[in-house]
Amino acid sequence: MTDSFGTDTATGRVSAFLRSPGARALASLAVIVLLGLIFNADGAFFKWGTHRDMLRQVSVYGILACGMTLVIITSGIDLSVGSLLGFTAVIFSLLSIRWGWSPWLAIPATFVVGTACGVASGALIARFTIQPFIATLAMMVFARGMAKFVSGGQKISTAVQQADGSYQYVEVPPVFDFINSTILGGNLTVVTLLFFLCVIVSFIILAKLRWGRYLYAIGGNEEASRLSGVPVAAVKVFAYGMCGLFCALAGICQAAQELQGDPEAGMAYELSAIAIVVIGGTSLRGGRGGIWLTLLGTVIIGYLEKVLSINAVGEESRLMLTGVIIILAVLFQKRRG
Amino acid sequence: MAENISKKSESSSKAANLLSMEGIGKSFSGVQVLADVCFDLNAAEVHILAGENGAGKSTLIKILAGVYDDYQGEIRLGGKPVRFKSPQEAHRHGISVIYQEISLVGTLSVAENIFLGRETTRAAGWLDTAGQRQQARRLLAELGLEIDISQPVEQFPVSVQQMIEIAKALSFDSRVIVMDEPTSTLSEPEVEKLFSIIGVLKRRGCGIIYISHKMEEIYGIADRITVLRDGCRVGCAQSSELAREELIRWMVGREISQQFPARSGRVGTVLLEVENFFLQDEEDPSRFVIGDVSFKVREGEIVGLAGLQGSGNSELLHGLFGACGSLASGEISLEGEPFRVRSPGESIRRGVAFLTNDRKANGYVPEMSVTHNITLAALKKFSPGGWLNPAAETISSRARADSLRLKAASLDQEMATLSGGNQQKVILARWLETGPRLLLLDEPTRGVDVAVKHEIYELMNRWTEQGCAILLITSEMPELLAMADRILVMCRGRLTEVFDRGEATQEKILKAAMGD
Repeated sequence: MTDSFGTDTATGRVSAFLRSPGARALASLAVIVLLGLIFNADGAFFKWGTHRDMLRQVSVYGILACGMTLVIITSGIDLSVGSLLGFTAVIFSLLSIRWGWSPWLAIPATFVVGTACGVASGALIARFTIQPFIATLAMMVFARGMAKFVSGGQKISTAVQQADGSYQYVEVPPVFDFINSTILGGNLTVVTLLFFLCVIVSFIILAKLRWGRYLYAIGGNEEASRLSGVPVAAVKVFAYGMCGLFCALAGICQAAQELQGDPEAGMAYELSAIAIVVIGGTSLRGGRGGIWLTLLGTVIIGYLEKVLSINAVGEESRLMLTGVIIILAVLFQKRRG
Repeated sequence: MAENISKKSESSSKAANLLSMEGIGKSFSGVQVLADVCFDLNAAEVHILAGENGAGKSTLIKILAGVYDDYQGEIRLGGKPVRFKSPQEAHRHGISVIYQEISLVGTLSVAENIFLGRETTRAAGWLDTAGQRQQARRLLAELGLEIDISQPVEQFPVSVQQMIEIAKALSFDSRVIVMDEPTSTLSEPEVEKLFSIIGVLKRRGCGIIYISHKMEEIYGIADRITVLRDGCRVGCAQSSELAREELIRWMVGREISQQFPARSGRVGTVLLEVENFFLQDEEDPSRFVIGDVSFKVREGEIVGLAGLQGSGNSELLHGLFGACGSLASGEISLEGEPFRVRSPGESIRRGVAFLTNDRKANGYVPEMSVTHNITLAALKKFSPGGWLNPAAETISSRARADSLRLKAASLDQEMATLSGGNQQKVILARWLETGPRLLLLDEPTRGVDVAVKHEIYELMNRWTEQGCAILLITSEMPELLAMADRILVMCRGRLTEVFDRGEATQEKILKAAMGD
């Protein structure tokens, strides 16, 4: 029966934690790290370099997953993040490599493009009540088309084709080198740092700001939120807009890592981003979840890939195993209460 | 079937008993919610299960229905011990539960719903559609319901959907039918209809377990009454031998002097003035859900809005609150200033609060904590510059929770884990947090137990003494007559009659509500 307040004991809190999605995600992570410790590929798993590379490889996905988390908490979905990554990677390369813009202009301009696309999806969803799946599916196709249109179907790289068909090479803009570099004595890449920054920004939004609370409220019960005076349409536009902004940052990182703007970049990344959020334990039904879960999900996927690749598991087996493990992780998450 | 109505429930071994449950106990994560409860049911009997919210009624029913299979005690069906592992198994043994929420598939037809999951087939697995329809039509005719069974269920009003559920239960040849507050969404004539169907079921030898909070209903149909309190059985008696006062005492464990507190009735200046209010239909803007309604509400006044289902009284509150946006039009003034109905946010700023009649659908956010639910509508107050101030949220919500005597293990508890009455208190707390002058209350005591009902009445009195005004909708006549200072009666979107306190009677209101 119900008691009066303040009867939750320490043991109660511990058992509540053990049943929480966070504890379950931690357990999944522990299992995968344990596998890494056992199948350590002759000690490769014990070197910090392996872990640093894992973080670098997973950072772009992680940045997309941060935006995806905000959207999924409102019980929405954003299928356009992969295409937006490709589109903004092309835009950023075009501005910095072709047109030689300073990064101080090129980066904000790319952010504006990404955010505008997200806001457009959000507006379709909020104002015209189009289902998020459909609206962002359309944006996914549209942004991919825009990427190909803007780039002329070519990769935007430092090799510029001349009128006579020969190639002339321009210099790599310093900002590309910077994003690709490592800091802290080579122990952490800038891309990973940017990912952590996104996690912190998302945490502040979700846990510290009024509009973050509104994201949860809308995901939990949209009509109750509306009748409580929550500006539902504006909050949704905000969520998709933030997601677009994170896509633009991911696009910039992707361009810097590949030293080019590839209009085909980010194919099927939306699926990885959704998988990361779900493995972390954020509910696709909305109203529940958080950014720490997404951080855990990112690292789980990262270690999974890493353990398989250092043990030279072939790509075909790796894909099949990843599929199986996503299902196992989600089944594990579902068993609550 | 034998007429063997035993006074005591201990006579469970007798063959006439359809069902007996003995020594039933159940605990959730270490908390005992039912302890040593006995309950039995005879053929051709309506046995009321009464008790406050959280008394354990739903848990007992869920054990019977096979939802929970880890319980102590024994269930005997027709003398034979049974232990159901799943709702399907309970169903096969002739136990049907009709829950408060309709559990039909809205897009499927009436006939398809009745036979869902056990479709009859002809050779080669083809659906026997014609046979099913014929059987469905026969079942519904027995209940005196003539509807087009090829129509999707969602096209029918809730009351008809409930009848369809009952028909579905009959199609299983269920001997034990459980109804969990079946009338909470029904209008008066529909309730009559349901009761006549219960009569039919009794004549067929079914036993009916009926959960209700409404006194009139309980004494209208009960043969026997069992009361639970805090997970224990308080008593069981023939309804003719149990006085109302005694029943209430059993339920709450203390005397409630009067069912309704006295209204002081000091009325001030006009707070809300509505002139020529119209509300367009969302689907068909050329139609009006509400046409040309004008009225005034004064400070300290409770104005009741009576009307049958479809009268538009609930829509009127939605429209006034801005929940329908620009579909609402009319000249409204609030505290002497013109008030343009635009959005819920604008209405909240102007001091209007709106408690809806469906907590689950649009009242609370189930995943969020009690605290976050309390502060939701007034969150700006707790987040200067957009940054949340959790300490201030905790202090305020604790004060609200204490003053409303909220029962919760912790204010960080998820809303979905509270009982109905406590959820209602949280939603009330949310609206109080916005500092309202005008409260729009749509069924504030729906699905709430006697003690909490009484508390809500007292709160309404307190608020009006502080100068607030209340527009009240309630489907319980005694509540309306006792609490409202004036009663506006609506019928098909129009105001048909206005009664002052004392002038109104149940008959007069019903007459006006039926457009007579």
